[in-house]
Amino acid sequence: MRSVHFLKLFFLSLLILSSCTKKEDVILVGEYGSLTGDDATFGISTNKGIKMAFDEINSKGGIKGKKIKLITEDDQGKNEETAKVVTRLITQDKVMALLGEVASSRSIIAAPIAQKNGIPMISPSSTAPEVTEKGDHIFRVCFLDPFQGYVMAKFATENLKAKKAAVLRKNGDTYSEGLANVFAAEFKKFGGEVVADLSYQPKDMDFKTQLTEFKAKKPDVIFIPGYYTDVGMIAQQVKQLEIKVTLLGGDGWDSPKLHEVGKEAINGHYFSNHYTTESTSPIVVEFIKNFKQRYNNEVPDGLAALGYDAAKILADAMTRTKDLTSKNIRDELAKTKDFVGVTGNITINDQRNAVKSAVVVQVENEKRKYVTTVAP
Amino acid sequence: MEEIIQHFINGLSIGSIYSLIALGYTMVYGILQMINFAHSEVYMMGAFFAYYSAKFLNLEKSPSYSTLIIILVITMILCSLLALTIEKFAYRPLRKQPKLNVLITAIGVSLFLQYFAQIIFGADPKVFPNLINNQLLFEVGGVSINTFDVTILGVSLLSMLGLHFLVYHTKMGQGMRAVSHNPAVASILGINVNRTIALTFIAGSSLAGIGSVLVGIKYQKIEPLMGTMIGLKAFVAAVLGGIGSIAGAVVGGLVLGISEVLVVVYGSSQYRDALAFGILIFILLFKPAGIFGKNTIEKV
Amino acid sequence: MNALKTPILSAFIIILVASTLGLLTNSYIQLVLLFLFVNSIMGMSLNLINGYTGQFSLGHAGFVAIGAYFTAILTTKLPFPEGILGLPVAILISLGSGLCAGLVGYFVGLPSLRLKGDYLAIVTLGFGEIIRVSLNNITFFGGSIGISSIPSLPELNLGGFIIDKFVISLIFATFWALLCFFVIWRLLKSSHGRGFLSVREDEIAAEAMGINTTQMKVQAFVVSSFFAGIAGSLYAHFTNYVSPASFTFLMSIDAVIMVVLGGMGSMTGCLASAFFITLLPEILRSLKEFTGGVDLRMVIYSLALIFIMILRPQGLFGEKEIFHLWRKNDKTTP
Repeated sequence: MRSVHFLKLFFLSLLILSSCTKKEDVILVGEYGSLTGDDATFGISTNKGIKMAFDEINSKGGIKGKKIKLITEDDQGKNEETAKVVTRLITQDKVMALLGEVASSRSIIAAPIAQKNGIPMISPSSTAPEVTEKGDHIFRVCFLDPFQGYVMAKFATENLKAKKAAVLRKNGDTYSEGLANVFAAEFKKFGGEVVADLSYQPKDMDFKTQLTEFKAKKPDVIFIPGYYTDVGMIAQQVKQLEIKVTLLGGDGWDSPKLHEVGKEAINGHYFSNHYTTESTSPIVVEFIKNFKQRYNNEVPDGLAALGYDAAKILADAMTRTKDLTSKNIRDELAKTKDFVGVTGNITINDQRNAVKSAVVVQVENEKRKYVTTVAP
Repeated sequence: MEEIIQHFINGLSIGSIYSLIALGYTMVYGILQMINFAHSEVYMMGAFFAYYSAKFLNLEKSPSYSTLIIILVITMILCSLLALTIEKFAYRPLRKQPKLNVLITAIGVSLFLQYFAQIIFGADPKVFPNLINNQLLFEVGGVSINTFDVTILGVSLLSMLGLHFLVYHTKMGQGMRAVSHNPAVASILGINVNRTIALTFIAGSSLAGIGSVLVGIKYQKIEPLMGTMIGLKAFVAAVLGGIGSIAGAVVGGLVLGISEVLVVVYGSSQYRDALAFGILIFILLFKPAGIFGKNTIEKV
Repeated sequence: MNALKTPILSAFIIILVASTLGLLTNSYIQLVLLFLFVNSIMGMSLNLINGYTGQFSLGHAGFVAIGAYFTAILTTKLPFPEGILGLPVAILISLGSGLCAGLVGYFVGLPSLRLKGDYLAIVTLGFGEIIRVSLNNITFFGGSIGISSIPSLPELNLGGFIIDKFVISLIFATFWALLCFFVIWRLLKSSHGRGFLSVREDEIAAEAMGINTTQMKVQAFVVSSFFAGIAGSLYAHFTNYVSPASFTFLMSIDAVIMVVLGGMGSMTGCLASAFFITLLPEILRSLKEFTGGVDLRMVIYSLALIFIMILRPQGLFGEKEIFHLWRKNDKTTP
């Protein structure tokens, strides 16, 4: 057994050695996200937005004369990796604040760790209500599942005069299931009827079976609370099956890739979003211009915008603090009021959630036609 | 009635893709008795080979059957080269070792390709170019059949027939069958075992390449982790049909595709994968060597 | 090896080591260390069925999931006592998790162990997936969002002297790891263990010698699932969170890698490979600073896997244990 202990010591010393980093006069901010793995495309978008926000701040001289240094850790979209990287960011890298994650399930793992260590955490886009219930250090800059489900149910009944709806949810996805449940309940409250509620599995490419089932039930709308990666293909198959129906969705749709995959099949359908690229407000115009310039003419998606806002709100709270400690940052974050962000004016409420309105947009090729705003 | 036909077509088209990939698993298994875990990654790489070669040759904007054939051939060649490299460096050194060791290197290769692809190609999905135009061809009982459906079924059928011809009507195929039966005796009889194994990998990975192009055409979206789930399903299909049996892989893929559809229609869409596995377990408990597998009696 | 003395001796050493580690390290290293134990138990338990009995199972994650969920539900739906009382309760709950997983293992193993080789692998894989999909869709188990706020092991207050949560967790984990190690070790020295080995070496010959091979396989499978359940219970306590997404078949693959990498049928080899696959990705994390943000970690990890297998096809230790390598020219295998 002796050599086992020897091995243990050997690896331990390696671990400790590897953790020695240069100390500079910087503010350390940690980000954890899925940069590889099944959800990588979402993590990468968020990361792009966050990086851009901090670079903008640093180029303007940073905060209180200090530059922000972002440490990004990849959690591979895995639960146990998340626990490890978040603990690592807090205890080894000693970050002052945390940004992350897209997926609610992984934010729920990180939140108690951040809370226990007194590190404020802002989730850019975790919409499950449970996330911020984990403690007073946990914030978010997006709206919640119930709100978005309500918005689309209201829009379907009031604007589209839909009577019958079908729901197509992504099985095992917290975001999708959360939205689907709320939509179904709200739609019934508005007097509509949910004629079919089916799910597809992660990584599915063929949705025709579910859609064929829907076709027989003749719904007015199909609510698809999925991500753009799936929705483009679903829209294509809806068209191939010649189903006359309006598709509705949530903010997960927002990406230039939606139209690339969906082509003309996705045109005319609606989703709720944080902002519209049609907006003429200077901050949005500026954001889109800079983002395109920085990232090879890529149009930012909703997740990038939310990542950008989360980083900006954090920086804003940092500048307001007297001296930079995690506790002060938390206190200032809680006081955030009417922050002008890309995704709308953000006020943090008592539950540390962002209070903001949602917009409903209609897809028209690359454009997002503004339809209506629904206030909370 | 219209729905039933539509469901049948849906099951058939997803099943035929499972079959194409399952064939790769079953052929390698038949000859080396190993699960080639990297096969699903060869399939994934195939999609990217096709994507980049279409870009490179500037064929994105000119959809036609000749474009499809050019891309198919390029993808088949590149996939074969990849599979041969994998075989040479990761499997051949371990040929005399227990099967599980090769399994680990196969998993290693699979992980390597997955992460390598995420770094090189980026982890976000890419949109596959339109290689052929999609048009309505004819209607069957109110269900419209378009070019994509016919092409996918046609190409899969042709490649399966091609494989059948290769294995059962050529000298090389005879060699393959001999090696899979007994490699030692086959080499005594003058069959070049290494070359035969290489040929098996070429055939299997070419089919994976074809499968990836077909999936790209039909579903438009490709990404570095697209192989994992479909690979698992195809592997399950191969075992279901009786691993090592070519007919078994085809039938297994179709059975799996159609049973998935049936589960969604008559069962519960949430439990689709669980029920599909349930069906599989049920079949295996009654036919322990798969549908077409031979139940060999072991002798001392 | 005097197995009676060693557990007690090792226990003392571990308590000592744990306390020093608790003082010297930060909670990241502590968490990695705790995961090392979870992985070790997972690897060792699979080794019994994969390495010693020669049955290829790909469904280990399912049993880990059952253990983890059992612990998660009991500790969140019922009050979990603080302080000194928490420890025996935690042990009982872990034991329950193990038993629960073992029971399921019995019902899964009984029909499926008639199958051989890859057919068995697929059936176990299927059961693992069925367990995961069911957890995903049953609201009682939290659905896809899983169960959060699972309590960690409590800290102890012995008259003003506080023993840290980590030290307790480490001792707890070591206790189960040692138990797992010695139970399997003793089992292999018994007539049952000989039976397991005979099934692996030659099933027909074993049958001819009057060994009930099916019974042997089922026994090994149940013990293996039991400890998988224990690993799951530890997992739940250490991450404080379980969701179906944690227990995909990739976890089963990890367990198989541990068994084969360490050497089929070597307990200490299995421990060594648990070290390898837990620590290597963590050590490679700081590599990012040199590659300019490109994360080559998993690429290196997978290449390492391939190279080790090619250079040492018999696994790190082959069929030997580490103490056999110590004594030179000792040809006896366990």
